[in-house]
Amino acid sequence: MPRSVPVAITVNGSRFEGEVEPRTLLVHFLREELDLTGVHIGCESTLCGACTVHLNGRAVKSCTVLAVQADGQDVTTIEGLAQDADHLHPLQVGFWEKHGLQCGYCTPGMIMAAKQLLDDNPNPSEAEIREAIDGNICRCTGYQQIVDAVQHAAEAAGAA
Amino acid sequence: MAVWRPNSVGQPIKRREDPRLIRGLATYTDDVKLPRMTYAAFVRSDFPAGVIRSIDTEAAAAHAGVVGVYTYADMDGQVGPSPVGAEMPGMGRADHPLLADGRVLYVGQPVAVVVAETPQAARDAAAMVEVDIEPRDAVVDVEAAMSPDAPRVYEELESNVCIHVPIPNPEADKLFEQADHTLSLRLLNQRVAPLPMEGRAICAHWEEGPGKLTIWTSNQAPHFVKQQVAMCLRIPEIRVRAIAPEVGGGFGAKIPTYPEDPLLCWVSRALRRPVKWFESRTENLLGMTHGRGHVENIEVAFQSDGRVLALKGRTISEVGAFRSFYGPFIALSTHTMSCGCYDIKAVAWETATVFTNTMATEAYRGAGRPEAAYIIERVMDEVAAAAGLDPAAVRRRNFVDRDAFPHTTASGAVYDSGDYEKSLDRLIDLAGYEEARAAQESARAEGRLVGIGLATFTEVCGLGPSAGSAPQQRMGTWESATVRVEPSGNVTVYTGISPHGQGQETAFAQMASDAFGVGLDDVVVVHGDTDQVQHGVGTFGSRGIAVGGAALHMALTKVHAKATRIAAHHLDAPVDQIDYDDGTFTVSGADRKLSFREVAEMAHLWNVAVPGEEPGLEAVARFEPSATTFPFGAHLCQVEIDPESGEIEIQRYVAVDDFGEVINPMLADGQRIGGIVQGIGQAMWEEVQYDDGGQLLSGTLMDYAVPRARQFPRMVLDNTVTPTPVNPLGAKGIGELGTIGATPCIVNAIVDALRPLGIDSIDMPAKPERIWQAIQSAAATQ
Repeated sequence: MPRSVPVAITVNGSRFEGEVEPRTLLVHFLREELDLTGVHIGCESTLCGACTVHLNGRAVKSCTVLAVQADGQDVTTIEGLAQDADHLHPLQVGFWEKHGLQCGYCTPGMIMAAKQLLDDNPNPSEAEIREAIDGNICRCTGYQQIVDAVQHAAEAAGAA
Repeated sequence: MAVWRPNSVGQPIKRREDPRLIRGLATYTDDVKLPRMTYAAFVRSDFPAGVIRSIDTEAAAAHAGVVGVYTYADMDGQVGPSPVGAEMPGMGRADHPLLADGRVLYVGQPVAVVVAETPQAARDAAAMVEVDIEPRDAVVDVEAAMSPDAPRVYEELESNVCIHVPIPNPEADKLFEQADHTLSLRLLNQRVAPLPMEGRAICAHWEEGPGKLTIWTSNQAPHFVKQQVAMCLRIPEIRVRAIAPEVGGGFGAKIPTYPEDPLLCWVSRALRRPVKWFESRTENLLGMTHGRGHVENIEVAFQSDGRVLALKGRTISEVGAFRSFYGPFIALSTHTMSCGCYDIKAVAWETATVFTNTMATEAYRGAGRPEAAYIIERVMDEVAAAAGLDPAAVRRRNFVDRDAFPHTTASGAVYDSGDYEKSLDRLIDLAGYEEARAAQESARAEGRLVGIGLATFTEVCGLGPSAGSAPQQRMGTWESATVRVEPSGNVTVYTGISPHGQGQETAFAQMASDAFGVGLDDVVVVHGDTDQVQHGVGTFGSRGIAVGGAALHMALTKVHAKATRIAAHHLDAPVDQIDYDDGTFTVSGADRKLSFREVAEMAHLWNVAVPGEEPGLEAVARFEPSATTFPFGAHLCQVEIDPESGEIEIQRYVAVDDFGEVINPMLADGQRIGGIVQGIGQAMWEEVQYDDGGQLLSGTLMDYAVPRARQFPRMVLDNTVTPTPVNPLGAKGIGELGTIGATPCIVNAIVDALRPLGIDSIDMPAKPERIWQAIQSAAATQ
């Protein structure tokens, strides 16, 4: 078996210490080691965005980040956005209210990509939203209701 | 009998599915975890045609963590061939094995499967399997495959033709002689990849103790899987449980039971351990069925006033290297729907579906109808151009009259209801068609390439009476629903459809909520598990509401009738004196009443049992539709083309659709916009490409262009309501409408933009390079 190396990664606020093969992708680490199966695999090539998570507060596609690159870093996945059903993130509320998802497979990555946008730009235009999620593929919705969802979240955050 | 009124139905209720999905808590197939799980990786053919000289599995079998390596030889005699749906007399038929048995027929065909303790070990070891293949000549082009000299995909067959259905029509010949004009078109409906965001995934678990097989599979029709796996493994179907858990999109490509499904079930039984497989995107583009793949040659007979008299068509469609479930038969519906929403007097057609050394084709969102709509809508625009008439006017001239329903077309379809003028009128109004044409004139005067495209279309939904579809499959195409009321009055709905994004957990909860006056949270909708739902067909062919919803309506009606009888007994009144509204039974003209929840409890209590009534409150219903339904719509889009680069900007898209009655308009909008974008994807970017030698060129998302958010303007939607008489809901079906309307609408707009340059045809996908080339050629010939 290939040799393993130690890593210490903080995921959704909890610190994980263990050993991984050096080639282990962050997405496989999250799904297989930590059971965070909300992180989805769609293309293994950074092209679809289904595996988007935040690494130190920035959106990354976890299929092209090695787990060892996250050593000592802070990762947030979709599971880390809301502590329970009564405390949803405004983006989760927006996607629910505006029918921003159908099959739901792209949704965790889409929400994490949109979160990056709203973190940087709390008041995005429709064009800016479309630009920000251009690296995330949704095959079901045709994107329009995702745009509505992100706008809903931006408005809710603005009103809060 | 007491009836209930709509309350939640018709409202844009937000989805019951979403809380688990937006938090990443849903269970897709690859999320299933079982003790002692093993993981599979496939060795696939690198050659499109060839003879297997040897397969060396020794190094793979010795690799650390590997628990098994299997080839066809290991399972020969124990399993049947790959599942197929239908047979037709005279068709070219050959069995397709689960793993290649001595020959390979397409790139990506499974040759061996490696099973290991981890997915990584399985993939590493799969790379160590050496397959020695002696290449043979492949045939890739579907028209070339029809030549008697072409290499044969199956040497044991006389030709590559799978089915051939000529439908000559002397009436059409006569009309062609009488017509003022004729024109011809050659239309290519390129092969596309369905590309659900979740690829195929399978988890097979044989339990030796109970002798039971459970297969989780990312599929649209788990009851087909149950039946097909049982047949293939030669075990009784009562030993098989198929589960379609959360499914990340399907679009038709998850209707079939794939060779990998029974294969991994066999592996699990051989190993006595669960085995899981999740395909890579490249495997998905290689080995998930493709859609479309038609070549159409069309002749049109028409009058100077734009009236289309007759059509003659020839469809050649690609079956690929083996028969998928519906694959060889899909092209037949192109002929059936060839008249669109027009009153055309006669149609002659010839359909051939043909084997090539490529991945199999299968239903893809629309399945034969988008091809038909593409043909007839391109025809209408070319007739308008030839006659010097406005494309909207030509469409009106040819519409089936609103008073003519039910209408039998010249191609034999029986349209249930329609009002095509109504949707076009609304579109013209909403889009400001006259103003847009005037603005286009001004733009053209400035040398700008602005185009306006129309599509007025109808399609067939609600698949569909078993008598019509039975020749294509072993089961009927009715649908089932069970409604089970607990003593508390809470309700579980079990449906035979298998939604994977459509939202019927919500739509069906709305229906049950209205029927019994219970809250949406008091209803659970169960689907996608053959041990919970005794029989069902699945979600495809825009049948979820129109057939599955109709079955639910019947089951709700049965339960409601029984509840009314129980209420009548306890209220001491005859049944016909019982009124019902929003969860309360009352006696006409009296103040005695019982709530639905009280009745539900009484239905279960022995000491208040009603004489002559079985205890419990539950009903099963099966809806066999008497006919299919025909939604329709009118779409408009406006594009502007950059003459220097050939790039197309979609400036506006307006859709007025009619799908009958609606359970949840928010879900309906989602289906429509998603479908429109998928249809535009085919028109502008998407194409599965094989090279002449049969190698797949579009094997990653770098090479296969999927629509992205930035490429679209905000769509404008409206709808008209023309109910269907075919089912008790009046709902027609909506899932496929977008892809059917959008593809011709966009291409018509592009051709309209280029027509001043003398261009009257652009093949899909209308990529900038192709547009630029057309502009250059047009300039060179002028």
